[in-house]
Amino acid sequence: MNAHTISVLVENHPGALSRIVGLFSSRGYNILSLTVAETEDTTVSRMTIVVAGDEDVLEQVVKQLNRLIDVIKVIDFRDEPIVNRELLLIRLDAGKTNRHEVFSLADVFGAKVASVSPSAITLELSGESGTVDEFVALVRPYGIKELARSGAIAIARATK
Amino acid sequence: MRKSGAEILIDALIQEKVEVIFGFPGGVVIPIFDALYDCKKLRVVLVRHEQAAAHAADGYARATGKVGVCLATSGPGATNLVTGIATAYLDSIPMVAITGQVSRPLLGTDAFQEADVVGITRPVTKHNILVQSIEELPRRLREAFHIASTGRPGPVLVDIPVDISRGHLDNYEYPAEVKLRGYRPNVVGHIRQIKKAAELIKTAQRPVIFAGGGIILSGASAELRELAEKINAPVTTSMMGLGGFPGTHPLFVGMPGMHGSKAANYALQQTDLIISVGVRFDDRVTGDTSRFAPQAKIIHMDIDPVTISKVVAVDIPVVGDAKNILGQLNKVVEPRKPNGWNEQVKQWKGERLFSYELSDSAIKPQAVVETLYRLTAGDAIVATEVGQNQMWTAQYYAFDKPRQLLSSGGLGTMGYGMPAAMGAAVAYPDRTVVDVAGDGSIQMNIQELATISVNRIPVKVVILNNGYLGMVRQWQELFYHKRYSKTCLREGGPLCEECKGIQQCTKAYVPDFVALAKAYNIEAFRATKPGEVEATLKAGLAVKGPAVMEFMVVPEENVFPMVPAGKPIDQILEAP
Repeated sequence: MNAHTISVLVENHPGALSRIVGLFSSRGYNILSLTVAETEDTTVSRMTIVVAGDEDVLEQVVKQLNRLIDVIKVIDFRDEPIVNRELLLIRLDAGKTNRHEVFSLADVFGAKVASVSPSAITLELSGESGTVDEFVALVRPYGIKELARSGAIAIARATK
Repeated sequence: MRKSGAEILIDALIQEKVEVIFGFPGGVVIPIFDALYDCKKLRVVLVRHEQAAAHAADGYARATGKVGVCLATSGPGATNLVTGIATAYLDSIPMVAITGQVSRPLLGTDAFQEADVVGITRPVTKHNILVQSIEELPRRLREAFHIASTGRPGPVLVDIPVDISRGHLDNYEYPAEVKLRGYRPNVVGHIRQIKKAAELIKTAQRPVIFAGGGIILSGASAELRELAEKINAPVTTSMMGLGGFPGTHPLFVGMPGMHGSKAANYALQQTDLIISVGVRFDDRVTGDTSRFAPQAKIIHMDIDPVTISKVVAVDIPVVGDAKNILGQLNKVVEPRKPNGWNEQVKQWKGERLFSYELSDSAIKPQAVVETLYRLTAGDAIVATEVGQNQMWTAQYYAFDKPRQLLSSGGLGTMGYGMPAAMGAAVAYPDRTVVDVAGDGSIQMNIQELATISVNRIPVKVVILNNGYLGMVRQWQELFYHKRYSKTCLREGGPLCEECKGIQQCTKAYVPDFVALAKAYNIEAFRATKPGEVEATLKAGLAVKGPAVMEFMVVPEENVFPMVPAGKPIDQILEAP
């Protein structure tokens, strides 16, 4: 089972989101992550969906999405390189003793400090989903108090 | 022009050339019914249950090819439509369902008769929409009819809050065109794919054409026939495709699948090329897909890319409208002469596609359908319910023309037949329209006897009364050790604790359908012996207006041939 990233341009009106999510649930396709927000054209939203499944599942997902009236375009990124980013917000237990270690790990990954309190530190990191996974694994020993990930967003890489 | 929301709806229906609406009023659609009160251009048929409104719109659509329209109020009115909408969705029937909704300020407050109908019907509509403002109402209605009737057709639901129906719009104009950037159905088949298909047909030794409901929806019967005759290929059609190719044509081998003909199933299992068009390889057709058509290459022509390679892997897909693709294919395909394969298929077909043993003492349900076929000269519009009645109709009424058979193929909805026949008879009052029903199914929408009675809608209801939910009983007999759990319609109460079987049963059947029909002021007839079948049918068919004919048939008759679920389709059970 592979993770596939699909980008879907949809009509920006109520109902479109639930229609797409409903399609996945009714067919038993598993969504790993889903993000949605307006594009440069305010009547269009871009959804980035990461779905688990083999080639056949991906094929069906793309066809089923294309069939929806609210879907303007489906980009499955199968044949093109993409830029993929995810945002992480993570609050760690970090008293005086280990704060420096956390800072240096953050530094290595290019994570920014979002806020600091006497007992905790909140970091933000943007990167490929795999990088975010690695970072979370590395800081886990310091004690994760809370974590939020945005899910991946993606666009095609410029080829010219 | 200044119009109210309700008036806009009615004008839109007239602009879309709607002739009849099947509906039922209720609180939030009173403004719409009020506007209909003065409207002379639209006929409104008042049903007795909203489910029947949806089925009638569906039957009207199947019989005419036009978009069927039904109308119901919010909450329970709308939820009652759902089975009918799902029925239309599974069989790709063009329908527009209009539902009232509570006023916008009350949305989401659990207001009286509020239900999230757009949420509920999302998985069973091609598209649906909760109208947000009166400004967008004209456009949404225009889009609904366009979406319902183009591409792969299907039901579209438009949910209209009552404050929009009551509201007013200055400068109303019905939009001349539709702008939907996310909806561009692919109608024209790709010529390169079509040429590849023609090449494959040229080299095939044992071709078979497998056609479905898409032929009927697309109006491609003539093109299908031309192809079949040009390449001399045997033709099987799914139940949804019956009538899409003449049932009496020498190349026709019957429908395939669970209750299909031996010839169709053997042909599919042994062919080297399936030329499929407008089908979706339903599990009732394919049986075990891993053992379906093991030697075959498959050409699949369909308007919906989703159906291609969904169930079986396809070698040459052609996406587009069946009429268009077949027209192009007929131009490039080379004629093929009959060979040993045609002989083989003819042999499998034999004298008749389906057969049963006649009885002198009891009425065989198959004989009723055969006699109906003879007396109507094969020209009736025949609706069915679901179960044995449906299969016997599909087997023994040879449909020669498209839009003759109205049957819930995909969803398998009991209670579909009578309201669907009602929809067809409203469209064609001068044709013979029959509902072949079981005694179980007919009771699911029996209240519509009132609708056909008061409106004198000429539906002829044929009830094959075997006292059972026959198809489930058949499965219980064959696969569940004859444990007839809740399939005997006489069952209930202390007398049944020591049941010795139907032959010893002394309980009366309820209802008395003849008395019931008469209570609805409908002429009714009953046959209890084989000798009475023809006279009873003649009497019922001769009635001007609706009639009910009840046939007390052999209680434990089974539908054969039968491929048990999950088996390959050449493992066929035949009548013992």
